[in-house]
Amino acid sequence: MQAESALGRVALWFVIALLALAAMLSAKDGGFAAHALIVAVTAFALVLVSAARFDPTTSLNSFFRIPPGESQYDDDPVRWGVLATMFWGLAGFVAGLYIALQLAFPQLNFEPYLNFGRLRPLHTSAVIFAFGGNALLATSFYVVQRTCRAKLAFPSLARFVFWGYQMFIVLAATGYLLGVTQSKEYAEPEWYVDLWLTIVWVAYLIVFVATIVKRKEPHIYVANWFFLAFIITVAMLHVVNNLAIPVSPTGSRSYQVFAGVQDALTQWWYGHNAVGFFLTAGFLAMMYYFVPKQAERPVYSYRLSIIHFWSLIFLYIWAGPHHLHYTALPDWAQTLGMVFSVMLWMPSWGGMINGLMTLNGAWDKIRTDPIIRMMVMALAFYGMSTFEGPMMSIKAVNSLSHYTDWTIGHVHSGALGWNGMITFACVYYLVPRLWKRKRMYSLRMINWHFWLATLGIVFYAASMWVAGVTQGLMWREYGADGYLVNSFADTVAALHPMYLLRAFGGLLYLSGYVIMIWNVWQTLAGRVREEAPMTETPHDENADRPLPPAAVPAE
Amino acid sequence: MYETLRHFADSYGLAAMMVAFLALCAWPFRPGAHQHNQNAANSIFKDMPDGE
Amino acid sequence: MTDQVVKETVKGHKRLERNVTLMAVATFLTVTIGGIVEIAPLFWIDNTIEKVDGMRPYTPLELAGRDIYIREGCYTCHSQMIRPFKDEVERYGHYSLAAESMYDHPFQWGSKRTGPDLARVGGRYSDEWHVQHLKNPQDVVPESVMPQYGFLAEADLSIADPAANLAALRRVGVPYSDEQIEKAEADLKLQADPAGNAADLAARYPKSQVRDYDGNPARLTEMDALVAYLQMLGTLVDVDSAAAQEELATEKGR
Repeated sequence: MQAESALGRVALWFVIALLALAAMLSAKDGGFAAHALIVAVTAFALVLVSAARFDPTTSLNSFFRIPPGESQYDDDPVRWGVLATMFWGLAGFVAGLYIALQLAFPQLNFEPYLNFGRLRPLHTSAVIFAFGGNALLATSFYVVQRTCRAKLAFPSLARFVFWGYQMFIVLAATGYLLGVTQSKEYAEPEWYVDLWLTIVWVAYLIVFVATIVKRKEPHIYVANWFFLAFIITVAMLHVVNNLAIPVSPTGSRSYQVFAGVQDALTQWWYGHNAVGFFLTAGFLAMMYYFVPKQAERPVYSYRLSIIHFWSLIFLYIWAGPHHLHYTALPDWAQTLGMVFSVMLWMPSWGGMINGLMTLNGAWDKIRTDPIIRMMVMALAFYGMSTFEGPMMSIKAVNSLSHYTDWTIGHVHSGALGWNGMITFACVYYLVPRLWKRKRMYSLRMINWHFWLATLGIVFYAASMWVAGVTQGLMWREYGADGYLVNSFADTVAALHPMYLLRAFGGLLYLSGYVIMIWNVWQTLAGRVREEAPMTETPHDENADRPLPPAAVPAE
Repeated sequence: MYETLRHFADSYGLAAMMVAFLALCAWPFRPGAHQHNQNAANSIFKDMPDGE
Repeated sequence: MTDQVVKETVKGHKRLERNVTLMAVATFLTVTIGGIVEIAPLFWIDNTIEKVDGMRPYTPLELAGRDIYIREGCYTCHSQMIRPFKDEVERYGHYSLAAESMYDHPFQWGSKRTGPDLARVGGRYSDEWHVQHLKNPQDVVPESVMPQYGFLAEADLSIADPAANLAALRRVGVPYSDEQIEKAEADLKLQADPAGNAADLAARYPKSQVRDYDGNPARLTEMDALVAYLQMLGTLVDVDSAAAQEELATEKGR
C-alpha cells in the first residue's frame, strides 16, 4: 500500500517534470523558459525524494529544531510560515534598502537584471506578499485552530497552500528580474503565475473555512471574520484585476482585458484594497487575537469590533479612485473615491481605539513588556497612516502630494510601522509557544529591535514627507517673470539629501530586523540569554533599614 | 429620470441612509447583547493552555 | 439547551457569528457593492471616453517598444498622465485625455514621478538624444538618477510572432484589421528601415514614422523599438486643433 502510493507520487512528479520540460523547449521567450525550468527542476527533485523514500523534512525539522511528536493542534504549517516570514522579510528589506540607495547613487544599477525598474516590484512583492503573506498564513492557521478549538481541516491541503505559496513567490520574484511583468502595480506576475496563485488561494479558503466548520466553539471569534474577509476579497480582487489574454500558451506575455481608464480604475480598486484587505483586514485579525492574548485581557469592546468589521470592509472597497485624482477618470468617480476615503478614517480609528483600549488598566505593560510596546507602536502607526491617508485623498492635498515621495513615505509609515511592527510582535509571541520554549532568547534584544525600528521609521517618514512636499512645490513654482522656475532635473537634484536620510532610516530598520533574526534563531536553539529582567524594581540592601536615630541637637 | 433620482438622493434617500446607518451602529450596543459579547470576547481565554 | 438559548442563536448578528457560510456570503456582498457602483458604469456611460480624432492602434514596432517599456518597469518612475494644472500643462503639454489610452492594455498612467511625465514626450527630443540618454542618462542630464539601458542597443529585437501579439490584442478589443495582423512581421521591420515605404505603413497606421531609430541601420534592436514607442507618445491626437478644443469645451459632468 505504502509502496503503491510512493510509486504514484513518483509517477505524478515525473509527469509534471516532463510537462515542464516540454513547456521549456517550446517556450516563446526566455522568461517563460526559465520559469518552466524552475518547475521542472523542482518536480524532478521531488521525483528523487519520493523514489528514494528519503524525507528531507526530517533533516529540515531537526535543523530548525521543530518539536517532534503530535500536539493538540496542527502547528507545522504555522512553524514553516513563521520561518518563511523571517526569510522573506530579510530579502524584502535588503531589496528595499538597495533600491533606496539606487535612487541616491544611480551607479548601483547593474543593467539589465538589477536596474531599479526590475528591483522595485521585487521589493514591493517581497515585503507585501512574501513577508506579509507568510505572516498572514502562519497567524491565520494558528488563530483559527485556537479560536475554533479544532485541528486544521485537510492537513495535506494546508501544506500544499504553504508550499504552493512559496512557489508563487519564487516564480514572481524571478520573473521580475527576468522582465516578466504585466506592469500592474502589486499585481505584476504574468498570467500563469496568477492562475497558480488562484489555485493556491482557493485551497487556502477551503482549509480555513473547513476548519471553522468543524469548530467546537459555537461562536466564530472576530479575528476569524477579518481573516475570512481578507481571503475572500483578495480572491475577488486578484481574479478581476488579472483578467488577461495570453499571447501564446507557452509564452509569458499577455494583454489585459481592460484598457485605459477602465483598466486604471480596476487596477486601483485592486491596489487600494490590496492595502485594505491584505495589509489591513488580515493584520487587524492578528491584532484582535494577539493583542488581547499578550495583554491577558479581552478586547476593549466586542461590540465596537462588529461595527468596525462591517464598516471597514464596506467602505474600503470604494476608496480606490483616490489614486486617480485629476486624471482622465470621470470626476464623479474621483469624488466618490474621495468621500469614501475620508469616511474610512472613522472605522480605521475605531479599530485602533479598540486595540489600544484593550490595554486599559494595564498600561504599565507598555513599560514592562517589549512585545506589548511593539503592538502599541504598531497601532499608533496604524492610526497615524489612516489619518494621513484620508487627508491625502482630499483632492486639494492630492494635487500636491500625488506623484511625489510623500506617497512613498505614507505607505512606509503604514507598512513599516503597522504591518512590520505587528508582525514582529506576533512572531515574538509565537516562537516560544511554537517551539515550546520558556520565552524568547532575549527580551532586551526585542527592546533594541523596537527602538531601532521606531527610529528607522521616523527617519524614513520624515525625510519622505519633506521630499514629497519639496518636490510638489518645486514642480509648481513660478517666478516673477511668469515662467516655471525649476527644470525637472533641478527637482531631482534637490531630493538627494532626503534620499540619503531615507536610506539611513531603512538601514536602522534592517539592523533591528537582523537582531530579531538572531534572537529568533537562538530561541529555536533553546538558549536563554542571561540578562537583567526588563522590569527590575531598584533595590538597595544598605538602604533597607530603619533610619538611624536622629542626632539630638545640643542644647 | 436623473432629476427625480437626484432629488430623492438629496432628500429622503439621504435621510433614510442616515437613519439606517445610525440604527446599524446602535444595534450591537443594545443591552440584550451584552452578555453574549462578553462571552465571545473572553472565549480566547477559556481552557488554557493553547495546546502548547 | 433551553429554548431561550436556541432563540438567541438564530437572531440578528449572532446568527452570522455562528454560521460561516452566512458570514462569507454577507462579507462577499458587502465588498462587491463599491466596485460594482464605481467600475461598471465606466463601461456604459458614453462620455467616459471622449470622441477624438487620430487615435489608432500601435504599430508592431511601437507595440514591441511598449512591451519593452513594461518589461523594464519604466512605469515605476514615469507617469503618462498629465493633470489639468497650469504648471503640468506648461511643463508637459495639454492634459491627458481618456481617449489617448483607449488602446493601452494595460494602462501606463503610472503613480510616481521619479522622472518626468512621458505622455507627450514624442517628438520633443531627437532620436540621437534618446539613444544617448538611454545608454547613459547622466551624460545628458547630470542630475539624473535613471539606470542605464545600453543593453537595449546590443539586443536584437526578437519577438516570437508579432502577428500573435496583434491578434491577442484584437481579442481584447483593439481594432486591428486582418491586413494589419497579416503584415505585422513585415511592418515591424519596415518601420525601422530607413529605405522603408513610409506611405505604405501610413496607409495602415496614420501618422506612423519610418526611420532608423537607434543610429545603427544594419540591425533591428530593442533600442529601435523603445525609441519608436517614445517618439510616438502623445503625437496621435491633435489636442490643440479647433475641433478638439470645441469638443473639450462642451465636456461636462464626466
